[in-house]
Amino acid sequence: MSPGRNLVGWLNVTPLLLVLIPFFVIPICVVLAVSFVETDGFGGLYPVFTLDNYAMLFRSDLTLRLYAATLKFTLLTLLFTSVIGFWVAYFLVFHVRSKLIAMGLFLVCTVPFWTSNIVRMISWIPLLGKEGLINTGLQGVGIINEPLEFLLFSSFSVVVAYVHQLTIFMIVPIFNSMARIDKSVVEAALDAGASRLDIMRMIILPMSRSGIALGAIFVTSIVMGDFFVVKVMSGGGTASVVGAFYEDVGVLQYPTAAASAIVLTLVVMLLVAAILRVVDIRKEITQ
Amino acid sequence: MNTGKGHIELAGIGKSYDDGASFAVQGINLKIPDGSYCCFLGPSGCGKSTILRMIAGHEDPTEGKILIGGENVVGLAPVERRTAMMFQSYALFPHLSVRDNIAFALRVRGLSVKDRNAKADEMIEKVHLGEFANRLPGQLSGGQQQRVALARAAITEPRVLLLDEPLSALDEHLRIQMRAELRRMQKDLGITFIHVTHTQMEAIALSDIVVVMDKGHIRQAGSARDIYSAPRDRYVAEFIGGQNVLSGRISDIDKGTARLGGDTFGQIVVPLPEGHRKSKGEKLDIAIRRDDVDLRPVAAQPDLPPSATSIVGRVQAIEYQGNYVKVQIDAAENDDFVSFMPERKFYEAGLTVGDAVLAVWDIQHTQLLA
Repeated sequence: MSPGRNLVGWLNVTPLLLVLIPFFVIPICVVLAVSFVETDGFGGLYPVFTLDNYAMLFRSDLTLRLYAATLKFTLLTLLFTSVIGFWVAYFLVFHVRSKLIAMGLFLVCTVPFWTSNIVRMISWIPLLGKEGLINTGLQGVGIINEPLEFLLFSSFSVVVAYVHQLTIFMIVPIFNSMARIDKSVVEAALDAGASRLDIMRMIILPMSRSGIALGAIFVTSIVMGDFFVVKVMSGGGTASVVGAFYEDVGVLQYPTAAASAIVLTLVVMLLVAAILRVVDIRKEITQ
Repeated sequence: MNTGKGHIELAGIGKSYDDGASFAVQGINLKIPDGSYCCFLGPSGCGKSTILRMIAGHEDPTEGKILIGGENVVGLAPVERRTAMMFQSYALFPHLSVRDNIAFALRVRGLSVKDRNAKADEMIEKVHLGEFANRLPGQLSGGQQQRVALARAAITEPRVLLLDEPLSALDEHLRIQMRAELRRMQKDLGITFIHVTHTQMEAIALSDIVVVMDKGHIRQAGSARDIYSAPRDRYVAEFIGGQNVLSGRISDIDKGTARLGGDTFGQIVVPLPEGHRKSKGEKLDIAIRRDDVDLRPVAAQPDLPPSATSIVGRVQAIEYQGNYVKVQIDAAENDDFVSFMPERKFYEAGLTVGDAVLAVWDIQHTQLLA
């Protein structure tokens, strides 16, 4: 390899490095460093090496419960977003004949994002609340006598908000991988006598794997790292991993918050690695 | 009438769009006997692929009937027609191994893993892909992929195999090799093959029946020899190639022959069939096979036998082809007038560009075009 080519290669990655190093690598290193020092309990840090922050974290039952709660939301959200995302993408790619209409409908999927996350969450209240549309409607028809309590400020409403917010992150990559499926492959399956269900199960689903995996990575890392949706939609009744260490920051316990953040980062990395183990995205995309 | 299982009859089929405002094909009538190799030949957009897809059941005709084995199959699913299609880009399932690709049709029919793998392996041996059975299609060469596609189509024991431009993705050398393999496969399976192509030589080399198409209509259907040596009209003659097409006006009629005069050539004699309805002054197109045209010195004109006719021209271009030499003469203004001279004969005559020559052919070798 000539030095000229080497230089060009470095020049190519320079813009990325200029962004990543100051805004990602350095902050992570600072957090990592802080997680290993002592504090005076009022925000001051002593440069003394300690493992107490981690020891405390691993000894507490709370940690396990927080992770269990957050993982439950992650898995439920993954399940619903991938099922809905797959169907929406399937419909757009294989059932909408006109490309123009398909693109139009695709844009419609993004309409909820034209407003802020907070507005979207608040707008669930008049729908799901005790005197909300669903409860008054069901009571009016006479199906229920008492308003359904689980609709709002519950785990249910948290999952509803996540699915509402994150389904688009599934639709886009699945749509993309489905759009790259050659239509004649579907015809060949039809020619071999496959039913619509067979085609979806044996051809389209395995060929959309990379899209589903990409979507799963987005959804997992967003839900794992969220505390706001949980806090608002559960009405404060449910805690989350990030919510807990956000409170640590609030009471100036920086080292314990930093240790929690590092552990969470590792857990998310493990989850992403697990997804990549199931689906080799790089191979699927270059195929 | 032969109503063998793979006998196909297209009865007045047409496919139109926008309530008949435009059409892909129109008024197609054709009979293809069981167990024959039939090629649809035409430029892109002539409707040949549409016909194939209608026989396969991937598109429905807007009018007419398609009979396979005497039974109208319009509206039936591909699998009920017992046809199988080999797609242009092969359309192999990229996520399945060669064996799973070939066994796919058996899998959707509910065969057990053991049974379908046994059958697939048998087929894999037939197409000589034994060592590649566990590879993915992306790891195979073009020729190997084509064999997988062929095996995948043949495994359901169809009565008709439909091939959409099966050789177009291969390089020249491989194409000729696979051509022979297709023909051998057809003989082995003993079923009807319908093959769509835009390559004349492919159609001529393979087929029992060649169907020449243009703009959604059949121009001529017949044996390869009929199509090549007796084209019905100017379009077929020019599309198949190997023919010199001349246009002229009849200046004189004498029993079985007529004299024809053109803008760029003098008087030539053409034969007229019995019961012809040609009259003086009428326009006429004729075709003469390029290998029927002999080149002689101009001085030889008086010595020609009465069975021959000739035109005078200048050599415009010479192209060496190996076993023959392509000599182009400026006798027909817009159209090429070419003689395919045997290689030895060409060098004995010692022609060069610019020489005046006499192009001579037997009157009976003239083909009148409609």
